[in-house]
Amino acid sequence: MGLADLKLFLPELYLLFLALLFFAQSLWQSPVRVNHLLALWLSAAGVAISVLSLPFSGELFYRAYRVDLFSQAFKVLIQLGLFLVIFIGRELKSIDDRLHPEYFMFMVLSSLGLTLMVSSVELLTIFIAMELSSYSLYILVPLRKQNFGNQMEAAIKYIIFGAAATGVMLFGMSYLFGLTQSTYITVIIQKLPLILTQPLAVVGLLLVLCGFFFKLAVIPFHFWTPDVYQGAANETTTFIATLPKLAGLALLLRLVSLGGPDNLDLVQILVLLAAVSMTFGNLVALVQRDLKRLLAYSSIAHAGYILLGVLTLNATGYAAAFFHITAYLLMNLACFMVLCSISRQGEDISLGDLSGLYKRSPLLAFTLAVGAFALAGIPPTAGFTGKLFLFTAALNQGHLALVIIAAVNTAISIFFYLNIVRSAYGQDPDGRPDIPLSLSDQLLNVGLILAIILLGTLPAWFFDLARTACKSLIS
Amino acid sequence: MDFLILNPLNFPILSTLIFLPLAGALVIFLLKNETVAKVWTLLISLVTMVLSWPLYFYFDASTYKYQFGEHLSWIPFFKINYTLGVDGISLLLVLLSTLLTPICILSSWKYISKRVREFLFCLMIMETACVGVFSALDFVLFYIFWEAMLVPMYLLIAVWGGPEKVYASIKFFIYTMAGSVFLLVAMIALFLKTGTFSIPEMMSQPYSFQFQFWIFLAFAIAFAIKVPMAPFHTWLPAAHVEAPTAGSVILASILLKMGTYGFLRFCLPITPEASIYFAPLMLIISVISISYGGYVALGQTDMKRLIAYSSVAHMGFVTLGTFVFNKNGIEGAILQMINHGITTGALFLCVGIIYERTHSRLITVNSGIGKIMPLYVGLFGFFSLSSMAFPGTNSFVGELLVLIGTFTGHKVFGFLTIPGVVLAAAYMLRLLQKIAWGEREEGESHHFFDLNVREFVYLVPLALLVLWIGFAPAPFLDVMHATVDHLIQQVQAGGQAVAWLR
Repeated sequence: MGLADLKLFLPELYLLFLALLFFAQSLWQSPVRVNHLLALWLSAAGVAISVLSLPFSGELFYRAYRVDLFSQAFKVLIQLGLFLVIFIGRELKSIDDRLHPEYFMFMVLSSLGLTLMVSSVELLTIFIAMELSSYSLYILVPLRKQNFGNQMEAAIKYIIFGAAATGVMLFGMSYLFGLTQSTYITVIIQKLPLILTQPLAVVGLLLVLCGFFFKLAVIPFHFWTPDVYQGAANETTTFIATLPKLAGLALLLRLVSLGGPDNLDLVQILVLLAAVSMTFGNLVALVQRDLKRLLAYSSIAHAGYILLGVLTLNATGYAAAFFHITAYLLMNLACFMVLCSISRQGEDISLGDLSGLYKRSPLLAFTLAVGAFALAGIPPTAGFTGKLFLFTAALNQGHLALVIIAAVNTAISIFFYLNIVRSAYGQDPDGRPDIPLSLSDQLLNVGLILAIILLGTLPAWFFDLARTACKSLIS
Repeated sequence: MDFLILNPLNFPILSTLIFLPLAGALVIFLLKNETVAKVWTLLISLVTMVLSWPLYFYFDASTYKYQFGEHLSWIPFFKINYTLGVDGISLLLVLLSTLLTPICILSSWKYISKRVREFLFCLMIMETACVGVFSALDFVLFYIFWEAMLVPMYLLIAVWGGPEKVYASIKFFIYTMAGSVFLLVAMIALFLKTGTFSIPEMMSQPYSFQFQFWIFLAFAIAFAIKVPMAPFHTWLPAAHVEAPTAGSVILASILLKMGTYGFLRFCLPITPEASIYFAPLMLIISVISISYGGYVALGQTDMKRLIAYSSVAHMGFVTLGTFVFNKNGIEGAILQMINHGITTGALFLCVGIIYERTHSRLITVNSGIGKIMPLYVGLFGFFSLSSMAFPGTNSFVGELLVLIGTFTGHKVFGFLTIPGVVLAAAYMLRLLQKIAWGEREEGESHHFFDLNVREFVYLVPLALLVLWIGFAPAPFLDVMHATVDHLIQQVQAGGQAVAWLR
């Protein structure tokens, strides 16, 4: 690896530097505010660096690591997500002051793992990158002040389910290696479609996918989601709800492509998982009262929608999934922005706590409404445009029944998203205090609202970018 | 693009009509004073109304093509365009939308006292969405406006509504949304079949009957819920009763038209064979809506609920006229859409006026109010006559055309409709009789004012329109002839293919 190759690795190196910096900060009694500002500004710089490295392409580490538009685009999204997550939760209200440097360190390390994941094109590299991100998250989940929630239960559940999913994935990888004598995705993608008539190959591929189903919270790997969302600190949940899903989708797209363009067995299983995920997620979300738990079930449903794009096995569908996960990142962050702002001490938020939000903070109420309507898929938000692309891509491959199920699900889901809006707009505050917002928070709110609406109304450039990026997956 | 005549005016008139209210809405939040906000919104809506009039004056009634067209590429990969245009079907509906918005603002001047700015914001967004729905010629654009209007309408009911507002607003939203997701699927299916989202290009394509069958069903569910046709009407009375006056007016006068507009714009030209195949069913449902709506209206004690059920009956005439597939029927249906918008809108305004005084919508509480408010009852009686299609009023012309159309091809349905017409007289006269001459308990009622200037001002234009259409409907009918002729040709071209079905 020469010096010229260093620039290909720049976003990763920068995150590594950030992690080391916070490690150094954790060695002494660093002032709390300094850490917040460091995290905020340095993660902002990270976004700039990842945007600058968008046009780079090349291969590193004995061709186990590929830098291309697909990976770089996901890296920009991950960096952007990290910046926004830190922005939203920068005060770390629910985390002990002494632990702030460590908290930022593990959050950055986890992002580093995710960043490595999206570029990995070799099974063991994927595995190591994924573990780096997961282990950091296992530590983040229980980091919450003692008096709130069941963070320990959440952490144990997360570790056990995570470890099980990883184990299953490793087992699948051993099958793929046994069949193709290679761990390189470029080699497997040439050999595997020829032998996919063998059940062993399909089973192996599916087992590998399980690891990413876990990240995306697709049924039957969703059990951790509600408990971890609710048990972890609000800031941690904001992170878990958004960034790992990005990397999970990226790897899912890479690995599903291994099956070739017309793999019926694989598609049938994905159709089943998609239908069950969205139906289950939406139905259970109907009765939730806790906002984080509700968003957890909504994320399960959205994983189902995103699978609609994955199971088309073509670039248009992949681009639709890419588009929708970006929209999902923004609209979820909008909801969590509101959630973190309402939660004064870092406690959990129920729907009742949203009462009278329109009076306590009109801007937050509007952000929440835009976020909720976007999640529900109401135009002109990005959530609608994403769903339109997903439905079109899936119907183009003839999945009529699945698209109808998804459409009916959209109608079901409107109930609980409306419930959120109703709590914010339709009820009186009943003495709940006003929520003052700093100028930067106001700007962030306006920025998120604009981003959701602009991505929804002017999606052409981003969709074309996503399509160009996803074309490289299919060869 | 031969279906589109590009805009001859020197400014993009349809885009202006759509986005001026939106831009005005964004300014509302910068205005700190609520009265200033009201004046500003009224001004914007009046400007929008005046700007919409050139549509009528420059409209070329000799062609069926879409006029004042605007065309921009929007999402090239999916061939989604920003295409606008109006024809004989949508022209009057656009004008109706721009006319009713200032009236709604005036009617809410005093009634809405809390969160005024947000209320005005919702009204303005509604106007954007309404004009957008009627002028969009790209299916995705249409769908975006169609769905986008749910949010402000939901908020109008949920925030400023009556005691049962939560139930009513959620029922409204879920019902409509459930219908429109099928519209979404049908839209994508049509796109994959034709490779375009352009509505005119989707028309008159050689689809197989089976394909048309399913597309028609998906369309029909979405539109029938919106109209609403029995048995999909149950959201309507709830929503109307709980909505504030302006919400009721927009709901009745514009939102319901989107359903019938959908039948005319989508079902008939895109799926002609299926439309003919399903026509008997649609006619039966229409007749049921007319009779059932009228019958239930007869038993109501709440004025708004009564008018809501009368809407179900009136909209039944529109769908009846639509599915007889002849010129009188369809022109009657379009005219009846406008009539219902004017008359029922005015009736809801009347109920709102009385509610501001007595704080009740019950017929018993408001009976005999005519003795105290003669001017009010005069106008109320006038609009009631219009609602029961009294000769000389607008609805008479519309219903007459629809009935002529029905008797031309379907005598049985014509006869079945007659009881509904009689019922309309029964329930409206019953209401009018109670309100105007009923027993009045002596009490605080003597300090009710008759109509004030503001209320008079917003009712008079509607009253004039009632008379104008009632006595001289030609200016309104002339603009639709070419479009309706073309529509009937489209249906008949498809109909020859299904001759074997008969």
